[in-house]
Amino acid sequence: MITLENVKKIYPDGTEAVKGISFEVIDGNLCVLLGPSGCGKTTTMKMINRLIPITKGGIYIDDKDTKEMDENELRRNIGYAIQEIGLFPHMTVRENIATVPTLKDWDKERKEKRAEELLTLMGMDPDEFMEKYPTELSGGQKQRVGVARSLGADPPIMLMDEPFGAIDPITRDRLQDEFINIQEEIQKTIVFVTHDINEAIKMGDKVALMKDGELIQYSTPAELLAAPKSRFVRDFVGSDRTLKSLRLMKVEDAMKKSPRAVRKDDDLSEVTSIMAEEDLTYLMVVEDGRRLKGWVNRQDIEDESGVVADVMSEDTGSAELGTSLAEGLTVMLERDVANLPVVDEHGILQGIVTFNDLQSLIGETYTERGGKHPEVTQ
Amino acid sequence: MEVWNYINGHWLTIGNWTLEHLWLIFVSNSIAVFIGVSLGIFIAGKGREEVADTVLYLAGIMMTIPSLALFGLLMPALSAMNLPSIGFLPAVIALILYGQLPILRNTYTAIREVDPAMIEAGRGMGMTPRQILLKIKLPLAVPVIMAGLRNAVVINIGIATIAVFIGARGLGVPIFRGLRTSRMDMIITGAIFVSILALIADGLLAIAEKKLTPEGLKR
Ligand SMILES: Nc1ncnc2c1ncn2[C@@H]1O[C@H](COP(=O)(O)OP(=O)(O)OP(=O)(O)O)[C@@H](O)[C@H]1O
Ligand SMILES: [Mg+2]
Repeated sequence: MITLENVKKIYPDGTEAVKGISFEVIDGNLCVLLGPSGCGKTTTMKMINRLIPITKGGIYIDDKDTKEMDENELRRNIGYAIQEIGLFPHMTVRENIATVPTLKDWDKERKEKRAEELLTLMGMDPDEFMEKYPTELSGGQKQRVGVARSLGADPPIMLMDEPFGAIDPITRDRLQDEFINIQEEIQKTIVFVTHDINEAIKMGDKVALMKDGELIQYSTPAELLAAPKSRFVRDFVGSDRTLKSLRLMKVEDAMKKSPRAVRKDDDLSEVTSIMAEEDLTYLMVVEDGRRLKGWVNRQDIEDESGVVADVMSEDTGSAELGTSLAEGLTVMLERDVANLPVVDEHGILQGIVTFNDLQSLIGETYTERGGKHPEVTQ
Repeated sequence: MEVWNYINGHWLTIGNWTLEHLWLIFVSNSIAVFIGVSLGIFIAGKGREEVADTVLYLAGIMMTIPSLALFGLLMPALSAMNLPSIGFLPAVIALILYGQLPILRNTYTAIREVDPAMIEAGRGMGMTPRQILLKIKLPLAVPVIMAGLRNAVVINIGIATIAVFIGARGLGVPIFRGLRTSRMDMIITGAIFVSILALIADGLLAIAEKKLTPEGLKR
């Protein structure tokens, strides 16, 4: 756990970069420091590993005052990745990754094994990349090696200053996704600096929004979007925060679970009565084990006799569990359907998201526009 | 033709002068590298910008003093210190001074120009200032320092001929004897061998520079 207690930074030239902020990052969480340029994110982050001395207040790691630790020892136990990456050009990928293990005097085999492990974790083939030099890598690969290096000696804590800042948006998006998966596996306690609200929402367990050296709001991304504490937060988050919320939520957050479904050989009269009973205009069609096969519409079965197979639409368009609501909405708009079945990775029907549900969700985020949450005046 | 005859008849003597010349260069430049690199590292340190300016300025001025005048100044200075004021020692001292600027300036510039992101990364991972110097700054500066050394050696091979004036030996001997006795063949012989020596030294140091350049910087 990282604890900041009333931390202040006044630079020698008098600039008050951080004006007494306090927050906590619990173990295994990724905390994003977010805010406009010059608000003090980097300064705050660098005070944690004492690259910048604290003017006032204290920073504690697992309740131990960092001021009392040896600064090099402290830094060797905190991973550090920066936007400029700063790979050492005269060292191979292997040597770069082994930087901290070398400082910690690990033996050769252990370093070798660790470098291999980390490259694999980053999705890079050790045999191919281990002995390459930084100039032989693409931008995305450099960034991956930079992150691998910061994980070198398996530190419990990591500091990352816009680690995906210097690459094209597509690669950046991919690296973010990869890193989210990696973090799920390694469960580090991370302080992550960015000025990109989308990155913050995507990556953060918690977001600390800063402005002019002050902490304005510290909450989960969802809370930040749904309940911005002030005009500044609302403006910073952006007018499309509804869409951002949809990106943040998964289809399973909004779906009705275990919806009624019929089978291909069910009699239509039976289907009609189910629809009437449950007041539905459609029903999903499944086969053994609830595998999605298509759907039937109320209009299509009126005045028809026979079985479901005669009238059903064999359209299995659906969203997998884990898809964001924004993507789900896109699928609905593209296919021009008001109901989106949700399936698991085997195509088994799990639930249904309806357009109406989405609308009411969007409505919820809009209502407090009127000021349901108290304004914070600064 | 006369030149060829002279060379042909004096292989041993010329060989001897060449070796003496080389020894003078070797001794003075080894010391010059040691001083230049150490001083370069020192003045490249944080908060020493003013010292650096002064030192580099002085080293620059040194280069503009005509070599004869420098030798002339060194003699009384050395005898005041009760040291031999003619011969090998003043020659070596003068050559050290002349060789300073390229080595010093290149060391200083190379270290100052190491990408700050690398130093930041090194510091952030817990490298001590000494480890940053030895593991990052110096390896990256080596090619540039070597280029400075090459420069210094070539300059000094020429200047060392003039050291004959204060009693040093080397390829300056045939040149000055030739001048005194109007022996064109001796002058040209001396000049030819000085040039060849400079070319060979430059070539060898170029190879050394390549060898010492870290692999990752070559690709
Ligand atoms: N060494 C320094 N001396 C004086 N002032 C500084 C120094 N470093 C940063 N500052 C100032 O402190 C404030 C905060 O800087 P900081 O680098 O922490 O901002 P940031 O939030 O990381 O910005 P960015 O998104 O642009 O990286 C800025 O006003 C900056 O100009
Ligand atoms: Mg910054």
